[in-house]
Amino acid sequence: MAIEVQNIVKKFGAFAALDGVDLKVADGELVALLGPSGSGKTTLLRIIAGLDWPDSGSVKFDGEDALSRGAGERHVGFVFQHYALFRHMTVFENVAFGLRVQPRAIRKDEATIRARVKELLDLVQLDWLATRYPSQLSGGQRQRIALARALAIEPRILLLDEPFGALDAKVRKELRKWLRSLHEEIHVTSIFVTHDQEEALEVANRVVVMDKGKIEQIGTPGDVYDNPATAFVHSFIGESIMLPVDVRDGRVELDGRALDIDPGDVASGASKLFVRRHDMQVGPAGSGTLQGTVKHVRSFGPIQRADIALAAQHGDTLVEIDAPRDNPLSPGDVIGLKPRRFRIFAAEA
Amino acid sequence: MTKDLSQSFTARDDLRTEPRAMRYVLIALAIAFLTIFVVLPLALVFAQAFSRGVGAYIAALGDPEAWSAIRLTLSVAAISVSLNLAFGLVAAWAVTKFEFRGKTLLISLIDLPFSVSPVISGLVFVLLFGAQGYFGPWLRDHGFQVLFALPGIALATTFVTFPFVARALIPLMQEQGTQEEEAALSLGASGFQTFFRVTLPNIKWGVLYGVLLCNARAMGEFGAVSVVSGHIRGETNTMPLLVEILYNEYQFVAAFAIASLLAMLALVTLVVKTYLERNLDEGLRPSGD
Repeated sequence: MAIEVQNIVKKFGAFAALDGVDLKVADGELVALLGPSGSGKTTLLRIIAGLDWPDSGSVKFDGEDALSRGAGERHVGFVFQHYALFRHMTVFENVAFGLRVQPRAIRKDEATIRARVKELLDLVQLDWLATRYPSQLSGGQRQRIALARALAIEPRILLLDEPFGALDAKVRKELRKWLRSLHEEIHVTSIFVTHDQEEALEVANRVVVMDKGKIEQIGTPGDVYDNPATAFVHSFIGESIMLPVDVRDGRVELDGRALDIDPGDVASGASKLFVRRHDMQVGPAGSGTLQGTVKHVRSFGPIQRADIALAAQHGDTLVEIDAPRDNPLSPGDVIGLKPRRFRIFAAEA
Repeated sequence: MTKDLSQSFTARDDLRTEPRAMRYVLIALAIAFLTIFVVLPLALVFAQAFSRGVGAYIAALGDPEAWSAIRLTLSVAAISVSLNLAFGLVAAWAVTKFEFRGKTLLISLIDLPFSVSPVISGLVFVLLFGAQGYFGPWLRDHGFQVLFALPGIALATTFVTFPFVARALIPLMQEQGTQEEEAALSLGASGFQTFFRVTLPNIKWGVLYGVLLCNARAMGEFGAVSVVSGHIRGETNTMPLLVEILYNEYQFVAAFAIASLLAMLALVTLVVKTYLERNLDEGLRPSGD
């Protein structure tokens, strides 16, 4: 089912949690809402689910107004960050809940409900836990049961709020892969909220980057990583080096010294230069556009990560770069640096 | 020398706790205090009640006046507990599941009966429903008897006991949050289904706990009831009121026989309370994390 969100505004007192958000999700997509805490991503998800209402704007499912319908009438499966399993019910009854509360006219008979719950528990590979209570399960198991429970009502849309937020790193990775393959299997339109960029980039077809109640960029994982639309996206996704620069008459200046790079069509004024850590090319002293002294080196895997102190007027600026290991650096080396790829954004006023 | 030192060290058992003598003194003090202020009075109640033998005890409880007091106390408790159960559920639900203006005021008001002297609580109802009160004349003209009758006693008792259920539920429901209710709603449950299938099972031990304490207080209330009851023998005397009257008339066996019933209620309440508290802790354990 396609989702269309238009110009949503939601305020909590004076704080604008969502400040004019537009979003279209096509049928069958798996979309990540990515942003720091307080960016409004969970609020947006709850509005789509019908657990919160916006102050203005519209939400449409396949062109039909969704805001006039309550959470229960939207056929949306919602998976909560802290699972929200019914603590007094067994795993089986948790999953069966959505089927048991259906209006009498369309409610299935007991045998059908049992078969369906069994099927869902098989799908999440936890049928052997049917008689346990939520408090007896591990975090990852609870999360999968919460998902099975949400799927029981055959939702047209699946919404997941920080689905792996409360789990440890290893379980997270497994569940991520599992969610992807599950989505390929059942193909229900899905939106999940995360503050973990790796999770968003790895799992989603499209990533929606949010900050301060606004959408900063919508694009494929490759898009948002390689072509960040704003300074925020560049600094939030992937590790970057940021240098405050001045753009003046088509030249880029750092501390009053011109750098040998092309600002493109960035307007004159205070700006920010972003370079990915691995896009800094290391050369001998005097080469490149920046000069610095190696302070500290850590080598692991295919790279060496070095802290470089860039000489500047007002004390040194410390930047972290990733360089290949074939040309070992050691503390005290004076080197030249040249950004292979970079982006310049006008600094916000 | 070294051997002696090590012996004096072990004599103290463990350096982390108080010396043995100190421990015994503290324990003895606690036991003595409990004996004088709790066990002894309780034992005395039963000793006095049975001082003329079991026959006198049974005869005292079989007295029509005693029966009337027991019946009245049970009716009043039944009415106040039901009213406060309904009120407590509604208030706790409102306070914990919604945000609204005046919420803090409501929470403070719920506690009011705990901070007001019961005598004043009783007087308030005299002022409202008495012959010279606001509603008194209207009620008299329409043939309703509130003061010096069951309605007045039930009202005063309800007022005095209304914090119990709400107070037991508010922290519990705050701790449990609203996520399970939201999950139920998004799964298509109606408001009623959500309440009966999700909320109520989660708070049932808290409800029972509140009802238990509410009931104990409702049956034992003296001050407020004394003001509104009118002390009509065989009609408007509750058990605590009857105990006082009998005692003042030097009918010690009868007075203590009734008092022993109230004491037993207290003991049963205590046992059930301990059991409920254990289950309450279970209910507080969150389903997440």
